[in-house]
Amino acid sequence: MSEDKPYLALDGVSLAFGRRQVLENVSLKLHPGEIVTLIGPNGAGKTTLLRVALGLEKPDTGEVRLKPGLRLGYLPQRLKIDDTLPLTVRRFLSLAPQARRGGGEALGETGAGHTLDLPVQTLSGGELQRVLLARALMRDPDLLVLDEPVQGVDVAGQAEIFALIRRIRDTRRTAILLVSHDLHLVMAATDQVVCLNRHVCCSGHPEAVKRDPAYLALFGDAADAFALYAHHHDHTHDHGDGHPHG
Amino acid sequence: MPTITTIPMITATGILMDDFVWRAALAGLGVAAVAGPMGSFVVWRRLAYFGDTLSHSALLGVALGLLLGINLNLAVVVLCLGLALLLVMFERQRLLESNTLLGILSNSALSLGLVVLAFMETVRIDLMGYLFGDILAVTNADLAWIYGGGALTLAALAAIWRPLLAVTVHEELAQVEGVNVGATRLAFVLLMALVISVAMKIVGILLITAMLILPAAAARRFARNPEAMALLAAGLGMAAVMGGLGASLAWDLPAGPAIVLAASLIFAVTSLVPRGALAR
Repeated sequence: MSEDKPYLALDGVSLAFGRRQVLENVSLKLHPGEIVTLIGPNGAGKTTLLRVALGLEKPDTGEVRLKPGLRLGYLPQRLKIDDTLPLTVRRFLSLAPQARRGGGEALGETGAGHTLDLPVQTLSGGELQRVLLARALMRDPDLLVLDEPVQGVDVAGQAEIFALIRRIRDTRRTAILLVSHDLHLVMAATDQVVCLNRHVCCSGHPEAVKRDPAYLALFGDAADAFALYAHHHDHTHDHGDGHPHG
Repeated sequence: MPTITTIPMITATGILMDDFVWRAALAGLGVAAVAGPMGSFVVWRRLAYFGDTLSHSALLGVALGLLLGINLNLAVVVLCLGLALLLVMFERQRLLESNTLLGILSNSALSLGLVVLAFMETVRIDLMGYLFGDILAVTNADLAWIYGGGALTLAALAAIWRPLLAVTVHEELAQVEGVNVGATRLAFVLLMALVISVAMKIVGILLITAMLILPAAAARRFARNPEAMALLAAGLGMAAVMGGLGASLAWDLPAGPAIVLAASLIFAVTSLVPRGALAR
C-alpha cells in the first residue's frame, strides 16, 4: 500500500499560538487503507495536528498536501449545541452535505439506531460519539479524521467502534487518522502509531513503538499497564521495562 | 354639527380610524416577522451580546449619516457591517476574550454616537426616539424600508438557511464538509445589520436585542425543529407588537418599551406551561 500516492502528507509542520509552540517540525504520511494513530500527553498538539491536516489551521511553516478531490469525514472532539436549538439526531445527520448514504443506515452501523428521533442535547457521551461517527460515514469518506472517537464510550462499545473502524478501512480502503488515549485498543487496531509531544517522539508499527525508549519515557506507568495487558495476549513483553522478551 | 365631532377622537374607534395607528401596526408586524427567524439564530448561536454591540453602534451610524448628509438607514447598515468585520478580525487574532471585547465595543460605540450627536448643534434629532423607538411616528417611507429591507432579509435568510444551520451546529465540521463558513458568517452579519436598521425605528437601538431574543426564547418550548421555532417566534413577536401597541394606546405608555414588555410577558407565561404539555 505504500506504493500508492499518499492521501495526506505533512512535511515539516510547525505552529505556534502566541509564544507557545504547539507543533514543531512534524512530518506524517497517510496512505489509502492505512490507520495512523496519534498518541501523546495532554497539550501535545494532537488535536491541533488534526486541525492542520484538515485545513482548519494554517501552519506557520511546513507544507500540508491533501490529494485533490478527496472526500473528508471528520469526528470533532466536542459538539456543544445550544439547548435552545430544537434538533433531533435525524435532522443533525441530514445537515451533512453531499451525503452518499442515509443517516439511518450509517447510524445502524455505528450502533446508535435507537437515537434517531431523540434531541441531540439528550444523548450520552457514548451515543453522541456514535452519532458523530455516523455523520462522518454518511459522506463515504476517502479520508477519515477522528478526534478521540471512543471518548465517553463504555468498554464493550470501544471494542465495537474500533472493529468498525478496521472494517471501514478493509472494505473501503479509507485512510484513517485518529487521536486516542486508549493505548491497548490503539495498539491492536493501528498500522502506524505516531507518538507526539509537540514534535514526533517516535513512530512506526505499534510493536516497534512500544519498545521505543521515547514512548516509555512519555507514557511511563500507562505503558507498564499496557505491557502487562499485552503480556497476557502475545507474550512479546516483560512488565513494561521495555526489554523484548527472550 | 361640528361641535360633537371633536369628542369621539379619544374613543377607541376614533383611534383605530387614524392612519398613524395602522402604520404603526403594519411596521411592528413587519419587524416581528423578520425578528423571529433572525432572533432564533441569535439565540442558537449565543449572539445576544453581539446583537447588542451592533445595535448600540447604530446610533453612531445615525450621527455619521447626519454629519455626511447621507441616507440614515444606509449609514446604519454600513456602520454595523464595518463594526462586525472589525469584531471578526479581532476574534481571529485572539486579541481578547469575546464577551469582554463585545462589552467594550458596545459601550464605546454608544458613547461615541451620543458625543458626536451632542457636537452637532445645528441638528435637532429625537434622541429618545432612536434609543427607545418611535413607532407612532412611522412614515410611509419607513414602511417601505421595513417591508423592502425585511423581505430582502427573509429571502436571503431562506437562501442561506441550510449552511447557516450547519455552521451553527458545528462550525468546523461544516467547514470540513465543504460549507463556505466565512461567506455564510459574513452573510449572517450583513443580515443582522439590515435587521437593526429595519427595527431601529420601532423599538429603538437599546431594545432591538430584546425584540430578537424574547419571541425566539418563548417559542423554544413549543418547537420540535428549527423551522417551527423560527415561524412561531415570528408569530409570538407579532402578538407582542399588537399587545404592546394596544397597551400603549390605551394607557399612553411609550410604545417601544410596551412592546418589549408584552414580549416579556409572553415569555413568562409560556415558561409556566409545563414541559411536555405541547411538545411531544
